[in-house]
Amino acid sequence: MTAPTSDVPVGSHDQRVVEAVFGGGLLSPRRAGPATRFRQLVVSWWVHLKMLAVDPFTGLLMVVWPLFFATAAFLVFRQSGDPDAMVYAGLGAAVMGTWSAVATSASSTLQRERWTGTLELLVSTPTPFAAVLVPITTAMACMGTYCMVGTLLWGWLVFGVEIPVADPLAFGVAVLTTIFSVAMVGFLLAVAVVRYRTAWAFGNLLEYPGWLLCGFLVPVGLLPDWAEWIANALPPTWGMAALRSAAAGGSPWGDIGICLALGLGYTLVAGLVAETVLRSARRHATLALS
Amino acid sequence: MTPFRNALRLLTVGGLISFRALFNWLSPWIYVPSLVVAPIFQILLFAYLGRAAGVGDDEFYVIGNAVQYAAIPCLFAMGQTIAGERWTQTLGLVLTSPAPRVPLFLGRSLPVIVNGWITTMVSLLVGGLLLGVTFAPSALAGIAVVVVIASLSCTAMGLVFAALDLRVREGAVLNNLVFGVLLVFTGANIALSALPDWMEAVGRTLPLTHAIEASRGIADGASLLSTADLLGWELLIGAAYLAVGLVLLRWMEDSSRRRATLELL
Repeated sequence: MTAPTSDVPVGSHDQRVVEAVFGGGLLSPRRAGPATRFRQLVVSWWVHLKMLAVDPFTGLLMVVWPLFFATAAFLVFRQSGDPDAMVYAGLGAAVMGTWSAVATSASSTLQRERWTGTLELLVSTPTPFAAVLVPITTAMACMGTYCMVGTLLWGWLVFGVEIPVADPLAFGVAVLTTIFSVAMVGFLLAVAVVRYRTAWAFGNLLEYPGWLLCGFLVPVGLLPDWAEWIANALPPTWGMAALRSAAAGGSPWGDIGICLALGLGYTLVAGLVAETVLRSARRHATLALS
Repeated sequence: MTPFRNALRLLTVGGLISFRALFNWLSPWIYVPSLVVAPIFQILLFAYLGRAAGVGDDEFYVIGNAVQYAAIPCLFAMGQTIAGERWTQTLGLVLTSPAPRVPLFLGRSLPVIVNGWITTMVSLLVGGLLLGVTFAPSALAGIAVVVVIASLSCTAMGLVFAALDLRVREGAVLNNLVFGVLLVFTGANIALSALPDWMEAVGRTLPLTHAIEASRGIADGASLLSTADLLGWELLIGAAYLAVGLVLLRWMEDSSRRRATLELL
């Protein structure tokens, strides 16, 4: 199967065949205006969200797995006897799942496509590869919201931790910004490891460092100076700060802005990396890694 | 060749070959991130969490998490003895062979125990080094013995879930869930005395709980001999899981043959 080219005469039988095969207006590069691209992104996101939701590994484990760590954190913080510490742990533990959902899954996204034999098809479609990957990692980050809600409920029902939210609007914006930025980190991860056969192991490895560095359970100020620098380069650190600030009634907009800017920065870098890595994989015939 | 020599060969050579063939984590690209670096980050995460909460000291979390992380190689490698065979479509061949099942599966568990020991000891030393926790040589030797027993009992638990893999499609998900239970209930990060009574009672029936307690005691200056009761319990629990695992394997094998679900993917 080859991608449609501009050599195909408009209105010809060949063009009708090309449109039938590639979805016509949806995928043809000549018609991919902003509205078409938006539709492609939304449809892809929704399809992947549905697939992830019924996958036992993502749908069940990604929701339940952080709950074990949240429980351990609640039990540790409970010993301190400080109710504020429990609120701190409750909010952080709730957002941890978003990182887990993306860090561990995004790294193996392309490997999964490789296993199912669809990677070459995705690469050869006229849709830019970035537009193929962004909805996938965004769907993964959205799965983290399941975990967020689950952990908040778990903390409230089992440990009696209620998270007061002083500014719901800012809190909601902070949640969306955090999800977006984490998804873009996942986008970068997914393309960065396209030629790494055991990328899933690398993704698993990133879970703990992310939990440690992004201030979910441990204040960033407690970390060594060099680690703080790394933490500040990660969007979830700012997203978490914004969420805490919004919940406490502070002004989270600065943190939200930095989180968003970092997320866009990661998008830009990932877009560039995607093109470079794909070109290299095609040139060296290493896309299949077999 | 006598049946005894056959069984011995199956136990040692067969076990080692199966481990090398099925435990695909032996690739350094997987082994290093999963079994060397990840446990160190788990130690760091909980040590810093403890510092943030002002609960426990670094030694508490280094020992707890290093010993608890033995669960990853022990549970997953044992699961792989069934799931891996199924994946390579050799499970039917293994189970139709006349090989006695006890040496067959016990042999597969021996390299797993060694691997669990290595994982824990490396995490303990490197994690301790990073956090400035030092162990006296005599304490380290004592802990090394305890970790052998911990790996043994956890591998026995892995055998139970390997047996379940004959019927459960998502073995990896199940093993992850068991790892989570061990994280919360074994006292790795929360002292048993700080857990609710029912959680402590559950923890006392799980592998690793007594080994973690014994390791902490030895690190604080107790002799290996003085922890004999804890080690006895750890061994007893391991033996119980081993017995359950072998019975379950036999039952699941028979049931899978009857229902023709052996190769169900």
